[in-house]
Amino acid sequence: MSNIQQLNDLATQVRRDILRMVHQVNSGHPGGSLGCTEFFVALYNEIMELNDQFDMDGIGEDLFFLSNGHISPVYYSVLARRGYFPVKELNTFRKIDSRLQGHPTTHEGLPGIRIASGSLGQGMSVAIGAALAKKLNKDEHLVYSLHGDGELQEGQNWEAIMYASGNKVDNYIATVDYNGKQIDGATDDVLPLGDLRAKFEAFGWDVLEVENGNDIEAVIKGLKEAKNRTGKGKPVCVLLHTVMGHGVDFMMHTHAWHGKAPNDEQLEKALAQNPETLGDY
Amino acid sequence: MKKYTDTGKKDTRSGYGAGMTVLGRTNPNVVALCADLIGSLKIQEFIDENPERFFQVGIAEANMMGIAAGLTIGGKIPFTGTFANFSTGRVYDQIRQSIAYSGKNVKICASHAGLTLGEDGATHQILEDIGLMKMLPGMTVINPCDYNQTKAATIAIAEHEGPVYLRFGRPAVANFTPEDQKFEIGKALMLNEGTDVTIVATGHLVWEALIAAEALENRGISVEVIDIHTIKPLDEKAILDSVAKTGCIVTAEEHNYYGGLGESVSRVLAQNRPVPQEFVAVKDSFGESGTPAQLMEKYGLNNKAIVNAVEKVLKRK
Repeated sequence: MSNIQQLNDLATQVRRDILRMVHQVNSGHPGGSLGCTEFFVALYNEIMELNDQFDMDGIGEDLFFLSNGHISPVYYSVLARRGYFPVKELNTFRKIDSRLQGHPTTHEGLPGIRIASGSLGQGMSVAIGAALAKKLNKDEHLVYSLHGDGELQEGQNWEAIMYASGNKVDNYIATVDYNGKQIDGATDDVLPLGDLRAKFEAFGWDVLEVENGNDIEAVIKGLKEAKNRTGKGKPVCVLLHTVMGHGVDFMMHTHAWHGKAPNDEQLEKALAQNPETLGDY
Repeated sequence: MKKYTDTGKKDTRSGYGAGMTVLGRTNPNVVALCADLIGSLKIQEFIDENPERFFQVGIAEANMMGIAAGLTIGGKIPFTGTFANFSTGRVYDQIRQSIAYSGKNVKICASHAGLTLGEDGATHQILEDIGLMKMLPGMTVINPCDYNQTKAATIAIAEHEGPVYLRFGRPAVANFTPEDQKFEIGKALMLNEGTDVTIVATGHLVWEALIAAEALENRGISVEVIDIHTIKPLDEKAILDSVAKTGCIVTAEEHNYYGGLGESVSRVLAQNRPVPQEFVAVKDSFGESGTPAQLMEKYGLNNKAIVNAVEKVLKRK
């Protein structure tokens, strides 16, 4: 499929999309979006098997669920650039009468979205349900999901984590965006997650870690390894170590840009670090 | 007065179980979920006949709602099962975001609604669930009155595209509607025609309304009795046609009077034809332990309470 240079070019363009989208409406969540750019680019262009046409049931293709819905900018950009809807529609993000709501939703019928998310902690349960439907339908394709690390403070996740291993939901790969940050600060300060790997393993999951979640080759390698581990009786967890705000030097290594848009000057500086590759929307 | 015969007391939750058995045999897309209450929901036969289509989620209702939402992606029709309290208030945000806002075809089936689960007390009773669920955009809310109607409703909602809240109860109550009835969502049932007063009742209160109507008819009061099994969408025409004749109305439900059937009826009347209305409902209170009959007496939810409400509303005409 795509070579690494093409994927990196796409990632750079996606970063520009994210920055321009949140800047235009002076709202949205750039930090986590920038940190998960390589993950989304790899997933939608290198990892998942996808049908040409979107339909809700997604029979005969892999499915993805975004649980931490606030990073909608990266999701929308990657979906648009994968052909789910016109790239120019990114211009409507968070505006009135848009399909690109602040948090993803099925309500306005945006192709590529299969569940509303934003109220945290619900996506893993939904992904498990979709994985169970795939098994009932004898559909061999996989279900993927992404979760914030701070989001794991929501108790419903642990109900789902317990269910997935207890019921051998092994056609499912849950990735955690392990950036160590949430709105109020470091996860270690807000509510420590402890040894996340040990926790997932204690619950009966097969866990692998991607140490550099902002290196496209490392992400692809990690997700391919995760795929290899499916079908063996255990759900698979990928702990994806990322840097919130990655790709914009002044947004990195801080939680300050979790949910804040850059001003005109900051946008210019950020875009200069991510030169246009595939054409702005 | 039209005569209704109790063919033998049965619990409405068993009507749900019987409906699920039928669906298990007739609709391969129907799947059932349960949060550690198989016996209470009476779905053992469905499970025995369709083990691959049953998901035991354990005591984890939030996860159950999310899994149900996910199962619809791929064409399944999930029926979730637990007590009404744990089907609604406990998991309201999961239902709101993952099911209602996402437009998922999930059937939330809730046993032990209202006061009549009895001795367990207020932690397990719920008198707010109709209000919670009817406020969700796109949610259909159904509260059938007996075993036969619950069975028919269970079968009918599988054919309805969209989220549904189906509410039923624990105690054995009169079973008087036809065994082979066709259940039409949103269509009120005229049980007895009359001209002096309208009683619209839902759930367990429908049988009580019939008893009350008989007592009132014996005193020469002509009572119209309507079974409102679907609270949302409400059969507004049936209500308006009836009060056009009678000029007053009593609503009866096993629910708080805030947020229940009565308030839905009030809205319709206020907008179209204001007439005196009295409410047979719990007056903004939690329940408590006791036998179902004791609770219905204490909280004013039986046929005597309906007779009193009719006397009161007639004076206001």
